Amino acid sequence: MMLIHCPYCDEKRPEIEFAYAGEAHIARPDAAEQQEMSDAQWSEFLFIRDNKRGEHCERWWHANGCNMFFNAVRNTVTDKFVKTYKMGQKRPSASQISKWNEGGNV
Amino acid sequence: MSEFRRPGRGLVDYDSPVKFSFDGKTYDGFEGDTVASALLASGVHLMGRSFKYHRPRGPVGAGSEEPNALITVTRGKGRMTPNLRATTMEIYAGKETASQNRYPGLGFDAGAFNNVFSAFFPAGFYNKTFMWPKSFWDKVYEPFIRKMAGLGPAPTEVDPDNYGSVYATCDVLIVGSGPAGLAAALAASKKDQDVILVDENPQLGGSLISSPEVTIDGLSAADWRAKTLKTLEKSGNVRLMPRTTAIGYYHDNFVALAERHTDHLPMVEPGRIRETLHRIRAGEVILAQGAIERPLVFDGNDRPGVMLASAAQTYLNIYGVAVGKELVVFTSHDSAYNAAFELAGANVRIASIIDARREVHAHLIEEAERRGIDVHIGMVVSGTKGKKRISEVEIYESVHNDRKRIKCDALLMCGGWTPSLHLWSHSKGSIKWDSQTGVYLPDKANENCVCIGASNGDFGVKAALDAGSKAGGGRKTYKTEEPDFGVGEVFDHLPSYKKSSKTKAFVDFQNDVTDKDIKLAVREGFHSIEHVKRYTTNGMATDQGKTSNLNALEIASKALGKDAPQVGLTTFRPPYTPTTFGALCGYRTDDLFEVTRKTAIDPWAEGQGAVFEPVGVWRRAWYFPQDGEDMHAAVARECKVTRDSLGIFDASTLGKIEVVGPDASKFMNLMYTNPWSKLGVGACRYGLMLGENGYIYDDGVVGRIAEDRFHVTTTTGGAPRVYRHMEDYLQTEFPELDVWLTSTTEQWSVIALNGPNARKLIAPFVEGIDLSPEAFPHMAVREGSIFGIPTRLFRVSFSGELGFEINIPSHFGLAVWKALFEAGQEYNITPYGTETMHVLRAEKGFIIVGQDTDGTVTPQDAGMNWIVSKKKKDFVGKRSLQRSDLVAEGRKQLIGLLTDDPKVVLEEGAQIVADPNQPIPMDMLGHVTSSYWSESLGKSVAMALVKDGFNLMGQTLHIPMAGGVVHKATVVKPVFYDPNGERLNVL
Amino acid sequence: MKFSARSLFANALSGHQNWPEQFPNKEPKKEYDVVIVGAGGHGLGAAYYLANKYGITNVAVVEKGWLGGGNTGRNTTIIRSNYLFDESAGIYDHAVDLWDGLSQELNYNVMFSKRGVLMLAHNVHDVQSFQRHVHANRLNGVDNKWLSPEECQKVVPILDISQNRRFPVMGGAFQQRAGVARHDSVAWGYARAASKLGVDIIQQCKVIGIRRGADGAVEGVETEKGYIGAKKIGVSAAGNSSVVMDMAGLRFPLESYPLQALVSEPVKPIVPCVIMSNAVHAYISQSDKGELVIGAGTDQYTSYSQRGALHLVEHNIMSICEIFPIFKRMRMLRNWGGIVDVTPDRSPIVGKTPVPGLYVNCGWGTGGFKATPGAADMLAYTIAHDAPHKINAPFNLDRFVGGRLIDEAAAAAVAH
Repeated sequence: MMLIHCPYCDEKRPEIEFAYAGEAHIARPDAAEQQEMSDAQWSEFLFIRDNKRGEHCERWWHANGCNMFFNAVRNTVTDKFVKTYKMGQKRPSASQISKWNEGGNV
Repeated sequence: MSEFRRPGRGLVDYDSPVKFSFDGKTYDGFEGDTVASALLASGVHLMGRSFKYHRPRGPVGAGSEEPNALITVTRGKGRMTPNLRATTMEIYAGKETASQNRYPGLGFDAGAFNNVFSAFFPAGFYNKTFMWPKSFWDKVYEPFIRKMAGLGPAPTEVDPDNYGSVYATCDVLIVGSGPAGLAAALAASKKDQDVILVDENPQLGGSLISSPEVTIDGLSAADWRAKTLKTLEKSGNVRLMPRTTAIGYYHDNFVALAERHTDHLPMVEPGRIRETLHRIRAGEVILAQGAIERPLVFDGNDRPGVMLASAAQTYLNIYGVAVGKELVVFTSHDSAYNAAFELAGANVRIASIIDARREVHAHLIEEAERRGIDVHIGMVVSGTKGKKRISEVEIYESVHNDRKRIKCDALLMCGGWTPSLHLWSHSKGSIKWDSQTGVYLPDKANENCVCIGASNGDFGVKAALDAGSKAGGGRKTYKTEEPDFGVGEVFDHLPSYKKSSKTKAFVDFQNDVTDKDIKLAVREGFHSIEHVKRYTTNGMATDQGKTSNLNALEIASKALGKDAPQVGLTTFRPPYTPTTFGALCGYRTDDLFEVTRKTAIDPWAEGQGAVFEPVGVWRRAWYFPQDGEDMHAAVARECKVTRDSLGIFDASTLGKIEVVGPDASKFMNLMYTNPWSKLGVGACRYGLMLGENGYIYDDGVVGRIAEDRFHVTTTTGGAPRVYRHMEDYLQTEFPELDVWLTSTTEQWSVIALNGPNARKLIAPFVEGIDLSPEAFPHMAVREGSIFGIPTRLFRVSFSGELGFEINIPSHFGLAVWKALFEAGQEYNITPYGTETMHVLRAEKGFIIVGQDTDGTVTPQDAGMNWIVSKKKKDFVGKRSLQRSDLVAEGRKQLIGLLTDDPKVVLEEGAQIVADPNQPIPMDMLGHVTSSYWSESLGKSVAMALVKDGFNLMGQTLHIPMAGGVVHKATVVKPVFYDPNGERLNVL
Repeated sequence: MKFSARSLFANALSGHQNWPEQFPNKEPKKEYDVVIVGAGGHGLGAAYYLANKYGITNVAVVEKGWLGGGNTGRNTTIIRSNYLFDESAGIYDHAVDLWDGLSQELNYNVMFSKRGVLMLAHNVHDVQSFQRHVHANRLNGVDNKWLSPEECQKVVPILDISQNRRFPVMGGAFQQRAGVARHDSVAWGYARAASKLGVDIIQQCKVIGIRRGADGAVEGVETEKGYIGAKKIGVSAAGNSSVVMDMAGLRFPLESYPLQALVSEPVKPIVPCVIMSNAVHAYISQSDKGELVIGAGTDQYTSYSQRGALHLVEHNIMSICEIFPIFKRMRMLRNWGGIVDVTPDRSPIVGKTPVPGLYVNCGWGTGGFKATPGAADMLAYTIAHDAPHKINAPFNLDRFVGGRLIDEAAAAAVAH
């Protein structure tokens, strides 16, 4: 059972307090964009996922805690969290992630 | 006392004799003995039969690595445990134990037939045969193979024992209480750390208990151990946990410990916890699991009486048992000399030491000769004799082809030592191959963890102590006097003069895997160690390869002509030793497995004799039988009374979410297909929710309590996911909206009153609400009180009758229900359950999400286009509804069905076809989603999802049942009762 | 050398010294007509059917580890075809047809045991859902019948059918033709049969790139053992499918999750068939060694780590003990994890891709083993004909665009 740092509680808490909520930074197109999108483009938003082997941006919900959704970078090969950050923060760049990795922090 | 006992040695209590039974015969032992030590003390080595060839076997080890001596222990009803290791089972008075996998008995086992023909059962033989004739496979071969399965007997009774469950944290978790573990605990304790020290054995101290020759800081190993344990016990910050196995090492220093409380006790008071699973989140983990001695692989190495040298030491030093009277020691490592010397010191005749190596330290030979022990350097054991126990070994020297026979009653072997990397590997720490010693060692840690002592390849007491101190944060260096642990040589095979077909040299004892099997696997192209393992089953027995994996690797890599690391190492997987299911369940069994949720009104229904059904996490009253009614009769009556007069229904399980905030209606607009902005305060609306994929996700009535406040209801099963769905969108996609969501499912009890007398019943008790139809129309909500209890009163109907849903705070739910029921007697009020609710709603064609829809139904499919706003620019699922396949012709659509024979109630789930005479596979049009007998209409009614159903109105479809019966039904609109909704307006 | 009781006997007399390699590990040639990526049961099977059924023998199977080392060797070996939708019933039943006779066809005993699969219904919703399956299966020609609680108990005598339990047995759906097989043998059997037909199996040969020509079509694969030319490439890489498809510049509707399973210590026969429960959420069978083989659902997060969390194992065992309280004293011997690739509708993708010459077989989620021969055959057919067979045609990528999903899980729906 992993330990997950909730950026709102600023605490590491056990995995069972959290619910995984899928890949992060897949913004829902607004109403106008939706209408301009082809079925293929829309299906990309709905279904296509990076499913990355390595550092993966994803969402977690502190369901049995503060109730907040937040984002995380986690290595899907080691399952180690690189960093968690609040909803609304931008997708970290690759260089940012490697900086975090060097810092070894969460 | 038995001639094999060595009184004065060991930790057993010689003042407490214990009688126990093995295979029906009574044996003597002492408190502190294991089944194995006590049997050995009685001169019994034969304790089990192997899996495949049913060969007679005795213990190879003295601990949890034991592959051979597996027994079944019985202690009363439901307490039969198979496959236990005799080497770890402590005895108590009256303990009943039995050997396994033999028929009719251990001495003579008919299954040993397999052994005679073992040449025909090499590794993977089953892949090569049993294929002809084909029909024999199902009827003859396969049933026979299945019958041969298994070691111990299968349980047949429910285990009456209780199991515990603990979550805990500590600064330092130390696994293993040998010198390394104890020194680590001492150091960590001094640093004021919160420490847990676990050991799988009953006695803490590990190898120190078995090291009479060792002194530490001037104390004997035994005294140092005792003193250290006392210090740790007194420290206040170290928790000592014997009989506790660290079974698995999981993410982020999460380690599971299985503690055994009662299996060793003669008397267990009822209710006492048998085992506890502790899940420890540790700041740091120190692994000091030691090393496991490696057997040697030679012809006849599985005969009872052949065992690891260290095991013989353990039997002597912990249990005061000499494993024989006249021993031969066969080794390729110096450490076995110490074992031989210790045993010689305990009055055991050591006939010879056979050392496979060509070069051995002179001092060892001198020491041996000083004790009158013959040492044969450069020789090997080439065969053994003896039936239930070894009686003779043959030794052999390959250069001069010397052969010699030596009588003995036990043979000790030592092929070197394998550091225990199990937990280290669970934690995903990396390992490296040490070609000098032929073992894998820990390399880089993946967690905050160190691996020390023998498990790190640091053999010897001082090395372990110093590493322990360092790991625990100390800097102490210990002074010890100890025999040199020495060095060894790894042999991938031992020379033999025999034809290989005449030999059986075992690698995995329990699964009967020989060196030949491993070579065969390699010959047949199985070149990865994982392949070799799976093809031969080496390492897949209940010891999971603790004594066999490294030997198999040596043999396979030699056969391949490759270095061991290129061949690999099989993955260590939890648990370290087999772990009781009960311990993994903890207290979460029976009623606590998945706690049944009950409404506030549930006790009343139970008192009325209601029959319940499980619905999601809840149980709900299904129907209320009276005077021996069956379900059909009860439901018919409940429906009739409700339609004629008044029914009362507990709707408390409905999910409820309070949506509050200045942007509440904007949020509702996005979450539901229909518009909410113009819904007046005090009005209700049915809402339909889609997933982003456009399919129906949930539904429910929503009341607007205030401009900025909605009372949302969801389906019973959908409540948690609808709440999550809303929070997800609110926080992730629409964070700009100022809205708060609160799950209020448990806060409200909901009493639904349906029937023409509903208003009359509540009128006298409601205050603050004008109940007149003009002031309180259908689909409205008002706040007031009932019986003086604050209420949100909804005028809604899921039955088609005049209906009210009374929401009151849950703790008043039961009282209000009872008061209503009492007052309702005047109207012949009937309580009804979910089945009647279903009939009433189906008569009206109201859908149940999840029954009449599944995750593939759009609002259009369900005939609910009217509820999908065409004006709203956006709502969840809107764009998906435009996808080509969702607007395509010929989708399955929800329609009504009336059977030609009105008495026939279709089976829910039955498939519908146009032509029942077509061949299989048939072209199916859809299926019956809801189907009930309607007492009110005097006929059955059904709803169905049917391909292009809207265009099939009036047509006859067929429902072919098993056994050839075909029902006919006509497609109709799915509203069967009061299509104009007049009954809602009754005064 | 043909495998039979006779050859086994003959070889026993010569000390088993003369058995040839079952599947020689080859070094790659410069070019193949078809390169299959992934030597699991599906990939090896596809190579076998290409060579045996569709006449393409210049085939290589490349594997980053050892053959059969992924999900083929890590699953709970359940085989069944009692799926609801015609499309699913079609492909899974095709697989069961091939399973039946596979040992003889491959001359390799894969030990397919038709001991039956019993799916228990614990609530009214389960009953409705399973009845729907049973009816649909019957009309699709898939053997699956509804059993009353008493009939369930006849099949599984240790089943407690008292109705006052938290999860009462309200009946069950039973498919007799379903069962289990020996997972490793499936990979080995296909590997041996394919090798004999001239297929090169190349292990320890990780694919690191897919080369495409100017026209966009595939030209070959870059591997750790160098470049291998290929006119056509079939990807059958299970949990790592996204990674391989990414090499061709394709993003897929897949997510990879850890799936755990476990076995108990071996005991004498007690569980006569496969038993599954959706409501309690677990399944169990007993291996021919006597181990109870137990599994449930995936961990919640995506991962390639091949390990999962203890609390899932605990819940899995609790669930089994809820159905069979007599197993509380059994002991867990080994628990492991695999990586399963899951599509949005939990149904596989088997067919062509937008890249010419690139074919895929992925997204089998937790159900891949049972489909092995069927999926393999369909992948082979599609590669050989550059067009899908009608059985796998519905399992295309386009369904995610138009929305014609094959959503078995959704059809089973969530309780009302």
